[in-house]
Amino acid sequence: MLTAVFFYLFAVLAIGSATMVIVARNPVHAVLFLILTFFNAAGLFILLGAEFLAMLLVIVYVGAVAVLFLFVVMMLDVDFAELRAGFINNAPIGLIVAGIVLIELVALFVTGAAGGLPASIPVPAPGVETLTNTEQIGRVLYTKYVYFFQAAGLVLLVAMIGAIVLTLRHRDGVKRQSIAAQNARTPATGLEVIKVPSGGSVFPASEGPR
Amino acid sequence: METLAAFAPALPEIILAAGAMVFLMLGVFSADNARTGVFIGWLTVLLMAGVAIMIGTGGAERVELFDGAFVVDAFSRFCKVLILGAAAVSLMLSFGYFERERIMKFEIPVLALLSTVGMFMMVSANDLISLYLGLELMSLALYVLAAVHRDSLRSSESGLKYFVLGALSSGMLLYGASLIYGFTGTTSFTALASTLQAGEAAQNLGLIVGLVFLLVGLAFKISAVPFHMWTPDVYEGAPTPVTAFFAGAPKVAAMALLLRVLHDAFPGMLFQWQQIIVFLSVASMLLGSFAAIGQTSIKRLMAFSSIANVGFILIGLAAGTQYGVSSVLIYLAIYVVMTLGSFAVVLAMRRANEMDETIGSLAGLSQTNLPLAVAFAALLFSLAGIPPLAGFFAKFYVLDAAIKAGLTPLAIIGVLASVVGAFYYLRLVKIMFFDAPGEAFTQAEPAVRWVFTLSALLVTFYVVYPAFLLDAAGTAARALVP
Repeated sequence: MLTAVFFYLFAVLAIGSATMVIVARNPVHAVLFLILTFFNAAGLFILLGAEFLAMLLVIVYVGAVAVLFLFVVMMLDVDFAELRAGFINNAPIGLIVAGIVLIELVALFVTGAAGGLPASIPVPAPGVETLTNTEQIGRVLYTKYVYFFQAAGLVLLVAMIGAIVLTLRHRDGVKRQSIAAQNARTPATGLEVIKVPSGGSVFPASEGPR
Repeated sequence: METLAAFAPALPEIILAAGAMVFLMLGVFSADNARTGVFIGWLTVLLMAGVAIMIGTGGAERVELFDGAFVVDAFSRFCKVLILGAAAVSLMLSFGYFERERIMKFEIPVLALLSTVGMFMMVSANDLISLYLGLELMSLALYVLAAVHRDSLRSSESGLKYFVLGALSSGMLLYGASLIYGFTGTTSFTALASTLQAGEAAQNLGLIVGLVFLLVGLAFKISAVPFHMWTPDVYEGAPTPVTAFFAGAPKVAAMALLLRVLHDAFPGMLFQWQQIIVFLSVASMLLGSFAAIGQTSIKRLMAFSSIANVGFILIGLAAGTQYGVSSVLIYLAIYVVMTLGSFAVVLAMRRANEMDETIGSLAGLSQTNLPLAVAFAALLFSLAGIPPLAGFFAKFYVLDAAIKAGLTPLAIIGVLASVVGAFYYLRLVKIMFFDAPGEAFTQAEPAVRWVFTLSALLVTFYVVYPAFLLDAAGTAARALVP
């Protein structure tokens, strides 16, 4: 009973805040609603008994991804109202298509036409019930699923290379501190003794005559 | 416990992935200039050639690894060698172009190599998770390659377009995969096939919806109509050698993945997926053939030509037989040769440092550069399917497979579409040989000349010794459809 109450609480809030993400006018509000969505999804995971995934969702998505979004939204001067202008024009067609797909899927699953497969849901391995969530994942992640783990690592490597290739630019004329050069300075290279003629003016050789 | 030697069947993937990382380090710690890029590019080509020899001389028995998520058999070997060939040749084509455009970076061959690893994983996938990871690894590298000319608006646009639509298609594919997993409780192809052996399981509507979404996702990747919209824009906007890369290896990988999924995981739902494939095939052939007629850019024309060719390849897949699979593999091999040859010709269309990719610039090519004109004409005749060139046999086998499987109407539409297709291919030949000549093209670099000469020779003299390809494709098909 209590589980059901919390399920509907989390589910309704998740759907509501997810809707707000795309309709909110202010992009900062949209990101904040996104964070609310993540928290509610984490709540749903906890109800399912997947506390590790729930914590991961909060730490990774809220702690890193959403904060990064917030930074990007605040740092980039993007006119979101202008971006939306085209969206409104296309919205009716998008809504019609989405509506048709939704009705079809609901009809399919409500009428029960999609049921009736032989039960082939795999049974959990014996002895797993006594383990915690994290232990269960840890046992398969680096053994049974090591291939997927490594492949996911390669995908992330490509993303990293891609981000660098597309955005990194080597600028000329940027002054950077060079500690070796600073330490290598001697009075001979750092000092210049100049005779000042009376009534005249001089400038250091490095600045040249004005 | 498994010993290290048990991973030997995955050695090609491991070598390529480790090689990519070594080259990355090599590039990072070398001087940041075009010479490093070209050097690492040639190293990549060498590595690919070495791995291709290793795969080609390896055994042909079926081995499953990583708890059944990864499979190596004669089918995967055939496709991998083809992918390596296509990737290495398009890399060789690219160096001159990138150097002239001053965008040669060592990351380009590294990304191509990582994308090849992704294609290998797709070809060897025996699980919905490895299917998705392989597809994503390949696509992610391709998005970056499309946008690699970052100062060009067109290139950035094509990369972004490809990325957004690719993400959408990945979403659909994942939705389909989740439905399939939800209804059957398994992601393994082997387990799926055995679950679906019971007659009524294949009738399950939820499962069919899942299969449809999965096919939509894959149809995006092979650019079958009606999921082809990105193809002309991406082909046109991306740097030409990248387009050549797109048209070759990823097409082979995506098609091999489609064959693998449908024949390994869903043989029991042949009736259900056959309708979808027939529709995709007819739509692709017709749209590809008719839309190509009005094009003025040769890259857009090649994009529509590739859509039409995908339609023809799907004919062989729709047959759903062992013969059909072998005809698809033969078509893919010949298609790769023709496409890479044609793109080598496109890369040769350059005056001084200015690429000219309009069809009009080909006018009178026979008088200014006869070898190029003859080679391109041979490739175009082959693409049009004129005997005795290789393209004719490619089309012949897929049509034959369709008729033997009782899909005569599909074969008839295929023949009609190829007549329409012949019109625009032959129009190019007419422009090259009978129109008044324009200014001559600058001499192309050796790699480009070699590729178009060799591919023209291959399609012309394929008829002399077809047994090699036929045998290899037959063995590969037997491994997939017993």
